[in-house]
Order: sequence, then structure tokens, then C-alpha cells
Amino acid sequence: MQTVTQADIARLKSINPALLRRPWGQSARDWGLWLVFAAVLAFGLWWIDASPLRVFDGLSKLGMLVRLMLPPWPGESFFDFCYAILETLAMAFLGTLIAAVIALPLGFLGAKNIVPNWLFHFSLRRVFDGFRGIDGLVWALIFVSAVGMGPFAGVLAIAVGDVMVFGKLFAEAIENVDRKSVDGVRAAGGSDTHAVRLGVFPQVLPVMISHVLYFFESNVRSATILGIVGAGGIGLQLSDRIRINNWHEAAFIILMILVTVAVIDAISMRIRARIINDKPSA
Amino acid sequence: MTTLDQPQRSSTTRHDRLTSFEARYQHAKRVRHAWTMLYGVLFLAALVASVSVSDFNLSGLMQGLPKAWTYIAGTIPSLSLETLGADLGEWYWGLRFWLRLLVETILMGFVGTVLGGVLALSLCFFASRNLTPNNGFYFVSRRVLEFCRTVPELVFALIFVFAFGLGPFAGVLAIAVHTAGSLGKLFAEVNENVDPRSIEGVRAAGGNWPMVMRLAVVPQALPNYASYLLLRFEINVRGASALGIVGAGGIGQELYVAIRQFEYTDISAIMLLLIAVVSIIDIACETVRHRMIGQDLISGH
Repeated sequence: MQTVTQADIARLKSINPALLRRPWGQSARDWGLWLVFAAVLAFGLWWIDASPLRVFDGLSKLGMLVRLMLPPWPGESFFDFCYAILETLAMAFLGTLIAAVIALPLGFLGAKNIVPNWLFHFSLRRVFDGFRGIDGLVWALIFVSAVGMGPFAGVLAIAVGDVMVFGKLFAEAIENVDRKSVDGVRAAGGSDTHAVRLGVFPQVLPVMISHVLYFFESNVRSATILGIVGAGGIGLQLSDRIRINNWHEAAFIILMILVTVAVIDAISMRIRARIINDKPSA
Repeated sequence: MTTLDQPQRSSTTRHDRLTSFEARYQHAKRVRHAWTMLYGVLFLAALVASVSVSDFNLSGLMQGLPKAWTYIAGTIPSLSLETLGADLGEWYWGLRFWLRLLVETILMGFVGTVLGGVLALSLCFFASRNLTPNNGFYFVSRRVLEFCRTVPELVFALIFVFAFGLGPFAGVLAIAVHTAGSLGKLFAEVNENVDPRSIEGVRAAGGNWPMVMRLAVVPQALPNYASYLLLRFEINVRGASALGIVGAGGIGQELYVAIRQFEYTDISAIMLLLIAVVSIIDIACETVRHRMIGQDLISGH
């Protein structure tokens, strides 16, 4: 074999320069994009007033906080915290369930193969998309003002926040069904309702349950903070403790949240795996 | 005689087989029913427990829903066709101010995503099973990433507001930490799926560890990194709008004030702006992602 030397490369470059160099326009465009990126980043850093001094100052304060947090200790309110965690789990469970029940018909309405009217499902999808843009915490704020403080506002916030996402996911699942079983039901003389009930539904149910479980998991995460705006649960306890500078208890609550989320993750991962394995018989 | 016996015997075994099959089938059916019942009971128990714990009652719902509805209806401004311009002007009286805050929110999302992405990139190689130089690094970086993504963003924001003062700086740091956690995990998964042949190639040519990462892993994983980064940017703009509620800058702060002081039409005005901006960013990011994936296909990866 022959080794390629620098001289060979130079010779090849002089014979056919286009081979070893990118087109001028392309590299100019790339440089331009990088410049824009750097400019926006610099502008952003200037806007948020980031300076090394500030970082340094904050880090020393943060170190102090960590010292205040150690050791995490629940004090006398351990059982209050446990009840608050239960409240959080209940909020996530009910909110997810309500959202799933309401989203079921919405999903069928939003699926192209069920409702063939183009304008209808296009506008429904845009509604789904639009509402997705609002964070759950904002919904919680609104429901706290509408129905008062407490976990009920949290349930409503989770339900409303998730209905649109479920609607979209369910609609997509329904659009992906296998046409053959629908045709089968039709061929055996089934009506439209039969086709949906016997041809579509058994196919999409495991997918839907899997989505719902996944969202339950993520709702447990988000429900842990809903209390910060007054919607009950462990977040309320946490923001109270931070407000009165009781960092031992705050740290303990954070640890409790971490453990709860890990446990829920593990359980729902198992269930989801089972459902997906069971799929043919379900 | 054997010709007479043979069918007789085989028919009994067939009969036996059928009965045993029937028995097994019934048993399996019973077991399945029992499991279904058990799951049903568990589900009902969870439902009852959560209804009682969360103060959820039907009368509360019946009272709450109309209240929530009047609340939402109250946020819709009265627009009439004759004085549309003036009405719109009144509805969006604070447009310039709100747009400035929206820009702040987008910038928070952007800077937070970039900083978090840099952090994630620097940790993801240690957190990939196939690339990590030793198991200690793997363990530590995995745990760090896990911690960063499991603690809610808002909790980081609360703590950072305490340490770094009110304003978008604390918000950006909270976003960055959370982003580092979730992107780091996704990046590590991408790294674990790279083709080992190019890694071996760079090793065989005498490359050290940083060279292997730079020349074999990153070029393969880059399109996926970029795709996840864009997805995260969308999520972070949405998240940044909520951070203002705890005093970490952006449009959320203004929205919080409007909701707290029952300035109904302001709420709908700001929410519509937010929805519009988030949708535009969603669509833009999706287009870019599709183009990246398309290019990737053309260049034959």
C-alpha cells in the first residue's frame, strides 16, 4: 500500500480544488448562521445581566444554602409531608384520569380516518396545539382564582392541561390503526359503530393506556410543584418551608419528591412493559 | 384386528387431549379473570382514595365548573365591529411592554437551552456505557444527570432566586440545570447507539480518547443532538413562561400579576400572545428538524 503524503494532498488540491474545499456559498452561509447564533447568545447573556462576579457571588450563597440544608430533617411534620405526597399523587391520578376520559371522544373526532372532513379536524388539531402552549402552572393559577386554593384546583389544572395533549396523541394513534381489521368488520356486515368498536378500539387501547400511564408519571412530577401557586400537595409545603427559610425541612421534602418520583417511574415502567407485551391478546 | 384397534385408541387419546386442553383453557381463563378483577379492585381503591384525599366531590365540581366558566368567559373582551380598532387597542394596551417580556422569555429559553446543552454535551460521553473511560465516571455523571432532571425546574428556580436575586438570571440557570439533566441522558443514549466501527477506526489510527469522541462519535450523533436540542428549546420557552411566577423573569411575572389582581382582559391578551409565540416556535423548530433529517437522508447516513 502507498502512503499519502502532504505533497500528494497539495497536488490533488491544485488539480481539482473543488474536491477538497466546500463551495464558497455554503461555508459563507454556515459562518453567517454561527455568527447570528453567537450574537443572539451574547445579547441574551447581556439581557439577563450575566457576569462572572454575579455567578461567583451566587455560588457562595448557594454553598451557604447547601450547608443550611444539611442534614435534611423533617422536624415534627413528617406525617404532614406524607399526607401532602398522597395529595399530590391523588391530584395526578384524578387529573390524568379525567383528562383521558374527556380526550377519548376528542381523539376520535380529531382523527382523519374517522372524521373525513378536512376543515373540521384541521381546526380541532390547531385548538389542541394552541392549548398545549400554556404551562400547567398557569392553569393552576387560573383555577386557584376560580375555585379557591386546595388540591381540587390542582386536579382541574392537570385535567385541562392534559386534555389537549391526549386528544392529539389519541388522534394520532387512531390514524395509525391497521385498515385490515376495520375492513374485516365491514365485510362481516358491521356498521360504522361496529367498525370503530371492534376494528379500531382494540387496536388503539393498549397504545392509549401506555400514553396515559406515561402522562400519569409526568403529572406526578409536575403535580409536585403545583402547590407553589396554592394548588395543594407537597409543593405547598415546600414553598412554605423555603419562604420561612427552614432549609432542613425543604431539603427533606426535595428528597421525598425524588424518592416518590423514582418509585412511580419504576412501577409505571413495569406496567407499560407488560401492556406492550400483552398487546396481541389485549 | 390392528386396523380396528388403531382408530379406537387414537380417538381416546384425542378425547383425552381435548379434555385436558379444555381444562387448561378454563384454568387460564380463570387466572386471567382473577388478575383482571385484582387490577380492577386496585384501580377502584386508588380512585376512591384519591377522590377522598383531593377534596374532589361532585357538588364541588358542579359549583366549580360554572365558576371556572364565568371566569374564562370574563377574560374575553367585548369587541364590536364598529370600534374594532379602538377595542383591540384597549385590549392590548400593554402590547409594547408585553412584547419586551415575551422577548425576554424566548431569550431565557434560548440561553438556558444553550448553556444546558453545553453542560449535557460535556457530561454525556462519561454517561455512555460504551464510551466512558472508567466506571467511576459513569456512575457519578449518571447520578448528577439524574438529580438535575428529577428536581423540578421550579424548585431550582426558587432556590436560585434566593441565591442570585430576582430576575431572569436565576430563571436561565434553573432552565440550564434542568436541560442539562434531560439532554445529557438523551445524548448518552444517542452515543450508545453509534456505530462502533468508526470508533475502532479512529483507535486503530492511534487516536486518544478525546480524538475518538471528536472524530468518531460526535459526527455520527450530531444530527440527533441537534434534533433533541431544538425539541428542548420548545419545551424551555413554554417552561420559561411559568418561571416568572416565582420571580424568575419573563412574561410569567406579568401574567401572575394580572391573574392575582383579576385584570380579566389582560389575562386573555397575554395568554393569546403566549400561545401565538409558542406555536410559531413549535412550527419553526419542526421545519428545521425535518430539514435536518431530510438532509441527513440525502447525504446517505
